[in-house]
Amino acid sequence: MPPSIQALTHIYFRHNKKFPHVWCPGCGNGIVMGALLRAITRLELEKDEVVLASGIGCSGRMPTYLDFNTLHTTHGRALTFATGIKLANPALNVVAIMGDGDATAIGGNHLIHAARRNLNLTAIIINNSIYGMTGGQYSPTTPFGSTTTTSVYGHIEHAFSIAELAVTAGASFVARSTVYHAALADQLIEQAMLKPGFAVVEIISNCHVQYGRRNQIGNAIDMLNLFKEQAVTVKKAATMDSEELREKITIGVLADRDLPISTNEYKRIREQARADQGKKSI
Amino acid sequence: MTEEKRVRRLLQGNEAIVYGALAARCRFFAGYPITPASEIAEQLSVRLPAVNGTFIQMEDEIASIGAVIGASLAGVKAMTATSGPGFSLMQENLGFACAAEVPCVIVNVMRGGPSTGLPTSPAQGDVQMARWGTHGDHPIIVLAVSSVLDSFTITVKAFNLSERYRVPVLVLSDEVVAHTRESVELPLNSEVKVVDRIAPGMPPDWYKPYQEDARGVPPMAAFGDGYRHHVTGLVHDQDGFPTQNPQEVEKFHHRLSMKITKGLDDIQLTRKFYMEDAEFFVIAYGSVARSALRAVEEARRAGIRAGLVQLITLFPFPRRTLTPYLQQCHSVLVPELNLGQISREVQRINQGLCTVVKQNRVDGKLITPQEIYSRLVKLSAGPAG
Repeated sequence: MPPSIQALTHIYFRHNKKFPHVWCPGCGNGIVMGALLRAITRLELEKDEVVLASGIGCSGRMPTYLDFNTLHTTHGRALTFATGIKLANPALNVVAIMGDGDATAIGGNHLIHAARRNLNLTAIIINNSIYGMTGGQYSPTTPFGSTTTTSVYGHIEHAFSIAELAVTAGASFVARSTVYHAALADQLIEQAMLKPGFAVVEIISNCHVQYGRRNQIGNAIDMLNLFKEQAVTVKKAATMDSEELREKITIGVLADRDLPISTNEYKRIREQARADQGKKSI
Repeated sequence: MTEEKRVRRLLQGNEAIVYGALAARCRFFAGYPITPASEIAEQLSVRLPAVNGTFIQMEDEIASIGAVIGASLAGVKAMTATSGPGFSLMQENLGFACAAEVPCVIVNVMRGGPSTGLPTSPAQGDVQMARWGTHGDHPIIVLAVSSVLDSFTITVKAFNLSERYRVPVLVLSDEVVAHTRESVELPLNSEVKVVDRIAPGMPPDWYKPYQEDARGVPPMAAFGDGYRHHVTGLVHDQDGFPTQNPQEVEKFHHRLSMKITKGLDDIQLTRKFYMEDAEFFVIAYGSVARSALRAVEEARRAGIRAGLVQLITLFPFPRRTLTPYLQQCHSVLVPELNLGQISREVQRINQGLCTVVKQNRVDGKLITPQEIYSRLVKLSAGPAG
């Protein structure tokens, strides 16, 4: 029997924190936070063993509320700080929590290089296709033709597909869910945290206030229902052609492969360096 | 037990920074290659793993300082090294380190600017940027090195100040210091005084990561050692949580500044040469300070009562040290490889006490001892010189 969300809040929330949180009613960030906490509970990690690092924006506030070692970095840089933490103390379970703007615009370079570098880190990317906190401007995942505060005539750029980008960049584990598929989301986060190497979980989320409303999709529930309709499993997607997949969200595990992890490889370098140091007096 | 032996080595400034960092127990470097700072990264990539440290080459300078801050938060002394353009990129996260009080050392081997500038020529054009490059009011410590030996000792000092005050410390070098090889005898590691950040002594439940105390510098817990806390670049209360409460915001700013003000005597480092009876003097730093010393010595031989104050700490600007000399002398010469970034500070504190004379060069060449000497001869003729 999984712990109730109430039990989780009692265990993991910072009760001395100045609540209420900054998220709008119905925001998908809460569902992602719940999924993360369920995954951590199932992994039976001690609070001291977990570090949460975030960027800026609505998703960036998540670590503030949770009783772990938490870090709210500069915009787009969560993965760079996480990299330093992990390298300095590889025993820590480091999770970077980012939004779509964070992870693919200002921090896009860090995302692809973190994937290529393959440190043992987990990145959770909450993709709501918009810059929520700054007032609803378009992001790299805003669909073509959408209306945002900076594309009132219709968006003329094309969206990144975050998970596919992470696969191509070389992440060990890549998965996608939506906030409608909350149970899948926490399974995927759990798998990602267990996976040695760089793991990315993209979670499609709703910003009904900045995106849904402006694009006549409706409220939070309408957006969740849309995710339900749009979702197809990886298995089903394999049988569909690109035209059929155009409006769909592929959910499930997109990549799971074993690659050398740079933190492990570095141990070898340390041994080598010590051996070399012994040979010559410097 | 094998006894450590002092060895005389032929080192460049960049290499001496590496020795200094290791002696100060720096165990993490993240950086991005750039001329004329690259040797620091190259050497540390060889040496850090041998002392159980970590070297990583990041995708850019923004990532580099991000990783440095992350490593420091995880309890490891960390640094990066760059040059002008890279230093520009680091400014936002430098501000984060100031706000979140994360100790770290950033070496900027200055080259000509602006923009890509003169990659292989010395300059001192990043002085005001080091002080004010990142946005907002914040304290910072900026040190300048003038020789290979300096590159060692000032790097150690930078780490120590950084740990003591929980503030990023900037070390400004320049292409001449970085690449000149000198024969130096470095102190043994056992002789180097190393300061470590103060770890919290209270039970974890009592720990407030930004609590005001008499010292002004709160103890610092590392991620993973049981003192779970929140770190943010937002203005935060003493628990580390974001706040917009005007009283807490005010307190945040004042404590950041006060901790440095309280340590001024410890932080403001200068070297004085022939200042006892000087009638006029030179204020110089970095490689120019060496030309200046040679010029002052020449002047003394010629019977001219000149002196030199070499600035090691550029910021906070060593006003207390300089003011008595500005009162004592009729004029001061400030030679710099820029159009007058420190002479502006001298003018600011001078308040009409004596005549401030600038001497500037921005053509990618050093100011020679002869150039400074001829200015000293003119100055010796009187205040109008």
